[in-house]
Amino acid sequence: MSAILQVRDLQVSYYTDLGRATALNRVNLDLQAGEKLGLVGESGSGKSTMALAMMRMIKAPGRIESGSVDVDGVDLMSLSEEEMRLARLSRIAYIPQGAMNSLNPVMRIGAQMVDAIRAHVPNMSKDAMITRAKDSLESVDLKRNVFDMYAHELSGGMKQRVCIAIGILLKPKVIIADEPTSALDVVTQRQVMETIDRVQKEIGTAVILIGHDMGLMAQFVDKVAVMYAGRLTEVSTVRDMFGAPMHPYAQALIKSLPNLKNKGVFSGIPGLAPSLLRIPTGCAFHPRCMQAMEGCKTIVPEVKDHSGRLVACHLYTEGA
Amino acid sequence: MTHLLEFRNVTKTYTRGYFADAGTTALKDFSMVLDEDSPTIMTVAGESGSGKTTIAMLLLGFIEPTKGEILYKGKNIKNLRGEERMNFRREVQAVFQDPFAVFNPFYMVDHLLTVPIERFKLAKSKADARNKMEEALTSVGLRPEDILGRFPHQLSGGQRQRINVARALLLKPKVLVADEPVSMVDASLRANILESLRGLHRDHGVSIVYITHDLTTAYHVANSIVVLYKGAVMEAGDVETVIQKPEHPYTKLLIDSIPWPELDRRWGSDGMMVKEADGSDIGAKGCRFMGRCPHAVDACGVSVPPLYRVGKTQVASCVLHSAKPVLPAAQLTDVLPV
Repeated sequence: MSAILQVRDLQVSYYTDLGRATALNRVNLDLQAGEKLGLVGESGSGKSTMALAMMRMIKAPGRIESGSVDVDGVDLMSLSEEEMRLARLSRIAYIPQGAMNSLNPVMRIGAQMVDAIRAHVPNMSKDAMITRAKDSLESVDLKRNVFDMYAHELSGGMKQRVCIAIGILLKPKVIIADEPTSALDVVTQRQVMETIDRVQKEIGTAVILIGHDMGLMAQFVDKVAVMYAGRLTEVSTVRDMFGAPMHPYAQALIKSLPNLKNKGVFSGIPGLAPSLLRIPTGCAFHPRCMQAMEGCKTIVPEVKDHSGRLVACHLYTEGA
Repeated sequence: MTHLLEFRNVTKTYTRGYFADAGTTALKDFSMVLDEDSPTIMTVAGESGSGKTTIAMLLLGFIEPTKGEILYKGKNIKNLRGEERMNFRREVQAVFQDPFAVFNPFYMVDHLLTVPIERFKLAKSKADARNKMEEALTSVGLRPEDILGRFPHQLSGGQRQRINVARALLLKPKVLVADEPVSMVDASLRANILESLRGLHRDHGVSIVYITHDLTTAYHVANSIVVLYKGAVMEAGDVETVIQKPEHPYTKLLIDSIPWPELDRRWGSDGMMVKEADGSDIGAKGCRFMGRCPHAVDACGVSVPPLYRVGKTQVASCVLHSAKPVLPAAQLTDVLPV
């Protein structure tokens, strides 16, 4: 079975006055159809850059230096601007952080949805577009009459679900959701996540959930990819990740989580995330790593397959 | 015995303009007591709009209650003058949500520490001031040489938030209000900040009012918890009982919705239906949660349910428990452990 999404050697840099910041460093990622992947990491680890690069929405001073992003056999990087515009939403959809604030306040919800359909399928009849939009609203548990409403008439959770409804209008193969619930309270958060979960199953699309809430990941995704300083450090199934993380950074991250069993135990990760302008040599995590060895300071660990789990750490390679 | 800090039947209503219509009641008939001899960490939890930040603002004296009074060492805080007022200002400190907004970008971060030292005359000499600053920074797990002489933009959110805790520590407060102190900080740094707060309580006997919507951190930090919904107390008690065995439908819903980072604790394990919040004023006279509650009955809308003692250290404001003895609202904190 070939992957619906294949990211190969994706590299993104930002050119700033202080020098070149490598926000994404030769990242490889595969996603199967219908799979849910969580992309986690601290602020500045490159999660959002990864999402924007996959959408080809990196703006200056950022630049995609190299790499390919295959969605269902088509390399997005080789498309023309116009072809890429059509691919967005129909092949790969993006639900940005705080998406609910991206709705146009002076346009009815329905008009915005019809706009999106018309931009991709101009020859569809108007009635068909309206039906498609209303069906989409219904599939995210909103009433069909939301079509005629304005954004201000909806609550935060409802607006977020409108954004999901727009995201699935054209049944994309991959949906990228960047912290879709960060501004919502826990009860609404749960409703929104359950909505994404259900529509994802219905249309069989793959989902990449970006965030730093490991609790949300445990509840929602199948696989977790941990990023650190622009690189993937570990990609494992959610069970492996929470049960027995392999990379020392992933271990520290899991250990720092509060749960019901370890009341009063706090173990943060010592030190700070590195600046992308001065990424440490060798393994970027070595200055904070409890298990760092001599080789970690100079040799960048490659991502290796350990019986289905991808880990970039010298602890698991021979002779380092 | 006078209490350190006391809320007596405090109600806060925000009104608009001169022709005040009904207004929004952000906090309704809330009472609590903090004792000087037995410092505690109390969590005030609730979603947006539950009135938790209103409590912080009232406690700090930034806004005045519409009804009821807030006493500090037995005196109404709005009547404090002169030395008493300075004492109140020094002994009641705050750590706010946004670690970026409290710093003036034009000053070095030292400014945040030197101003209170000067204002409250905490140091005898420059060297003494420097010592005190270094001591405070060290005790929150920062290296003074990494921090002093830097500008805010050179530090991370986690470092800045810990400087805020250090500043509070410097003043040797009796009460610290922490309003969502970790919600804007990366998950990996949260543990460090919460540990600093607990150290303040454990080593310096500071009472902490920890305001949050995040029950996972509340569980780890606090001794007791008060759950608010639309300004009314839904449930209160010791933190372990309330989170492990909630009795109010709202608390159940809230706890069931927490995305716990545990694989064998999935969402929806108790199968409770979530209802959409609507703008209607269902429950305006009675239980505020009525409109979303799956167990709602007619009695809920008649009057505000009192606090029923559902356990030794737990109360719930819900008619489901009407067979249990009633605790007067003014005695809320009597059941809370310290």
